[in-house]
Amino acid sequence: MISTDGSPNYGVVPSSDTDAYSADVLTSLRADAAEVIARYPQARSALLPLLHLVQSVDGFVSPRGIELCADLLGLTGAEVSGVATFYSQYKRHPNGKYTIGVCTNTLCAIMGGDEIWDFVSAHLGIGHDETTADGLVTLERIECNAACDYAPVVMANWEFFDNQTPQSTRQLVDDLRSGLSVTPTRGASKVCSFKEVSRVLAGFHDGLADEGVGAGPASLEGFKVARAQSATKTPAAKEATAAPRTKAAPAAKAAPKTKAAPAADTAPTTDTLFDPPKGAGKAKKK
Amino acid sequence: MSTQLTPILTKTWDEPQSWTLATYERYDGYQALKKAVTMPPADLVQMAKDSGMRGRGGAGFPTGMKWGFLPAPDGGPRYLVVNADESEPGTCKDIPLMMASPQLLIEGMVITSFAIGCNHAFIYLRGEVVHVYRRLLRAVEEAYAAGYLGKNILGSGFDLDITVHAGAGAYICGEETALLDSLEGRRGQPRLKPPFPAVAGLYARPTVVNNVESIASIPPMLLHGAKWFAEMGTEKSTGFGIFSLSGHVARPGQYEAPLGITLRELLEMAGGMRDPSKKLKFWTPGGSSTPMFTDQHLDVPLDFESVAAAGSMLGTRALQIFDETVSVVRAVSRWTDFYAHESCGKCTPCREGTFWLKQIMARLELGQGTKDDIDKLLDICDNIYFRAFCPLGDGATSCITSAVQYFREEFEAGMTTPAAELFPPAASTLFAKETVSA
Repeated sequence: MISTDGSPNYGVVPSSDTDAYSADVLTSLRADAAEVIARYPQARSALLPLLHLVQSVDGFVSPRGIELCADLLGLTGAEVSGVATFYSQYKRHPNGKYTIGVCTNTLCAIMGGDEIWDFVSAHLGIGHDETTADGLVTLERIECNAACDYAPVVMANWEFFDNQTPQSTRQLVDDLRSGLSVTPTRGASKVCSFKEVSRVLAGFHDGLADEGVGAGPASLEGFKVARAQSATKTPAAKEATAAPRTKAAPAAKAAPKTKAAPAADTAPTTDTLFDPPKGAGKAKKK
Repeated sequence: MSTQLTPILTKTWDEPQSWTLATYERYDGYQALKKAVTMPPADLVQMAKDSGMRGRGGAGFPTGMKWGFLPAPDGGPRYLVVNADESEPGTCKDIPLMMASPQLLIEGMVITSFAIGCNHAFIYLRGEVVHVYRRLLRAVEEAYAAGYLGKNILGSGFDLDITVHAGAGAYICGEETALLDSLEGRRGQPRLKPPFPAVAGLYARPTVVNNVESIASIPPMLLHGAKWFAEMGTEKSTGFGIFSLSGHVARPGQYEAPLGITLRELLEMAGGMRDPSKKLKFWTPGGSSTPMFTDQHLDVPLDFESVAAAGSMLGTRALQIFDETVSVVRAVSRWTDFYAHESCGKCTPCREGTFWLKQIMARLELGQGTKDDIDKLLDICDNIYFRAFCPLGDGATSCITSAVQYFREEFEAGMTTPAAELFPPAASTLFAKETVSA
């Protein structure tokens, strides 16, 4: 495809603005790129993060961004473009400020992802990889995002929104379009913009790691069961699990009849981090 | 005789700031590393072998053996690459692990790198989980500041740098050689094996590629010993693992248990089916790429050997549970869309085969199948299975062949009746009782 102004079009549909970067943008891009490249033994490994970096400035993988990457890494534009078009997170046309990804892989779809998709797509009047006229929301059908225990899942700029319904997702997109701050279920305290998140994905930490929860409720279900199981066990074993930061080791040693004896022999410290309920797994021994 | 759960990797997840180094150290984090740097590296490799641990990323290759395959040092670099590209449908264990307890992975990486003589290790994280990426970046920063990474770690003379790398959305990058190509800045397409990564991996240098959970299991294994590890689980499938329950169960979530636990036990712990009046219809033992099971398989011990003997694979212990409201044709059709979308295009059986499977599944779901469609599906599967470049193609066939095996009549119904008519989708949703109005 040839763009109207004759500049190269690396699969961008439709052809988009390829004005050169301004001098100061280019300077800061090159400085950032040098930092990215320095992380790897071989420069080409920096290509994926560099493409995220391009998106953090242009909001998509722009032709000028492709040429910059090619220049930085000693590749051709075609080589860079060939990589960019392989990965679904790289956008071939300007993305909205927020990407809303509705998981419609089997499990989420069945748990309600299909209903969410239909409802929100109709609400916004756009389909897959399309953006609202105000430039704020790009809608996507996404594949499994590794949160099946929270199905149905919606991602907003790659932050988790768990256990969604059609109504809750409509609220989410409406709030984002109204400029309200929106808090993911498990993530930073607010959803950052597509460009901001792209910069993080290029490996530039935004300092928000300490926000949000460590684990959501579903992640802790097994832990809760284990605690209940250990509460019904011998007093010694119970103490070992119930008082994790104190003198668990003596307690463990005081329970030599449990089948964890080999573990006690080899455990070198007062560690309780890795101390499973006593007798774990024995029932299954073949 | 219910099996006891084993919260080992998941033990700290309910701490208010579980991801910080301070929390991790309160639970004796990095004690294993302190022990490791006093040991000959070969003893650490031997420990991994003695534990019998099989890799936790799905294929189940013995971790210690993988380490042992590295050729003798030749003075050049050797690499550890952690596969954190968790994307197999149904699989959702590594992402919460790295969100809640990233230091466990980092410590495991330092120990493993010390064991195999690696001075630059990588985490290849899928790009679609930005907060997990933040947590890993922060964990690495904290580990450097505390002297667990960098030069002369704990005065041992051992140096290690870790780079956390974000992918950009491609299921195939979970395949280890595709992952390496992607990490080298290329399209994520699998390589022909041999050579295996142990001989020619990242930058054609000796490389160990291990799953997140495998590496995170190393610190507790070292603290307690290989024997402790091997005491758990079954004879051949030793140790513990995170079992991920999702779908139509009352309390979906992560259940860390010795290998060999059964779905019946796990279901009981998870409160049973979501709607007790609805029966379990089918489930995956290890993600969508493993042949599905039915309610006949509730008592199959979930270890590598027993699941294989029952005709499937343990995979990633991703137990997706579907009740009787669900059309198996709809479920398989959607998985087939996924494989067609994610096929990298490098080899013909997978690229062309998934394309055709998708067309046929789509018309069966619409009730517009032809009478030859089931045979055609099986024939195409037969032409993909074991003929594709990498296991993605095999995975694409598993759900189809197993679904036809157990639910052939539903595929036959797909020649006349839409799946949505036989199994109204609204009945399966999480919000089944909620009114949806546009």
